Amino acid sequence: MLRADGLTVGYTATPVFEDLSVQFEPGKITGIIGPNGAGKSTLIKAILGMIKKQAGTVTLDGQAVNKVRQKTAYVEQRAHIDMSFPINVFDVVLTGTYGRLGLFKSPGAKEKQQAMDALSDLKLTEFKKRQIGELSGGQLQRVFVARAVVQQAEVVILDEPFVGIDMKSEADIMAILKQWRDQGKTIIVIHHDLNKVSEYFDDLVIMNHGIVAAGPVDEVYTRDNIAHAFSPDLGNVLFDGKERA
Amino acid sequence: MLTSITDFISALGQYNFLQSALMASIMVGVMSGLIGSFIILRGMSLMGDAISHSVLPGIAVAYMLGINLMIGATVFGVLAALLIGYVAQHSNLKNDTSIGIVFSAFFALGFILISMAGSSTNLHHVLFGNVLAVSDQDLLTTVIILAVVVLFVVIAYKELLITSFDATFAKSYGLNTTVMQYALMIVLTLVTVSALQTVGLILIVAMLVTPAATAFLWTNRLAIMLGLASIFGVIASTIGLYFSYTFNWASGPAIVLVAAVIFLISFIIAPKQGFFQKLRGKV
Repeated sequence: MLRADGLTVGYTATPVFEDLSVQFEPGKITGIIGPNGAGKSTLIKAILGMIKKQAGTVTLDGQAVNKVRQKTAYVEQRAHIDMSFPINVFDVVLTGTYGRLGLFKSPGAKEKQQAMDALSDLKLTEFKKRQIGELSGGQLQRVFVARAVVQQAEVVILDEPFVGIDMKSEADIMAILKQWRDQGKTIIVIHHDLNKVSEYFDDLVIMNHGIVAAGPVDEVYTRDNIAHAFSPDLGNVLFDGKERA
Repeated sequence: MLTSITDFISALGQYNFLQSALMASIMVGVMSGLIGSFIILRGMSLMGDAISHSVLPGIAVAYMLGINLMIGATVFGVLAALLIGYVAQHSNLKNDTSIGIVFSAFFALGFILISMAGSSTNLHHVLFGNVLAVSDQDLLTTVIILAVVVLFVVIAYKELLITSFDATFAKSYGLNTTVMQYALMIVLTLVTVSALQTVGLILIVAMLVTPAATAFLWTNRLAIMLGLASIFGVIASTIGLYFSYTFNWASGPAIVLVAAVIFLISFIIAPKQGFFQKLRGKV
């Protein structure tokens, strides 16, 4: 199990959140929702050890996550990538093997086969020689999910994977997430679209500078919690129709 | 023109100094193409310029102490890189501002130290290159640096690729991206020391940026870009040397101008650039 205990993180003097504790179950897809600036991305970066924590620990099955980095995979928001970089789809997916290979070792035939298999899982085989700047948003997101497949991690964390992509790509990615869940992996998804929360997730974490609520979706996704984390209006809009029906 | 080319070739057979110059030019062309490719892909062109200027005080100090120029240059190049990072991190100033402050200060210091240390002819050669005066000692240093650069790129290819393309991903799997950054800067200062002889300090940035940028226009694959950048670097160096010898031009400006012409031609005809397609599209 992936656990964070007593996390305090802040970019400046005032922390984004203080003394935060949360856990993520294997074999579940856990969504993280919350308003902009609630600290969702900060939480997963702290969990992955990519930013400094003022306090707290993060463990995976009792071991510090920093010691078992190979067991985690992270699919970041696409904005930071240089789209003109001279690299094609196949080579991007192949970089998923880099962490496992260790310093200075080159990928061999086995690693290349793994990359080919992942491309086929995400229906990208025909695009393998495309430069990444020539892909649509959905195709590109599938490339980064294919890279996470190649990483063979136990914990996969995705930051807003469905923003700005077509429905077909969203369905393909969701199918992979469900496949991972059934293999017993821990899947964590930062999500923005509240309408699909019940449909996509087993567990849910609602954040607003700390945990508002966490647990199985049915128990956590309530008018009160949404009203508390976002605004009373949003709670009313989302839940009114359902209760009348 | 044709006679001057045959003159150049027969002179190559005759004169030792010209053979040394050609070998140095070729080696510098290869190494600056390799390292320059990573410099432009990482958006570090200004940093490359800064580090090459910052080695000047190191050269002066090494000259005064009578030690190997490479040691002095490397110390000051790395020092400048560290200082630039320190100033940017410990203030709200942008990185390019920090680069501007540090490298101009280093260059100014170097200029004064060099004038104190030796004759003004030396300074001119350091600034603009004098490939026709390459000594056997210089040539040996360049061979060693080329070997270091090639080994670095071959061994750490995967790490250079991922830290240039997607540093966040590299960090997420535990790669120390800061170490890679400083390793690249150290190798960059070594390249700078070699390129001092052929193009001179002021124009080193052109050898780093222009052949690599030209290669970028022709390919979508990093490995091919590295190869092409080296080839363009070698072509520019060789033709530049010919002009330098034949017309008695300073070698640095001659080489850099040839590199710029190759870039211009590529800008127009490279298919990836699509200059003609764009032109046709507008009509």
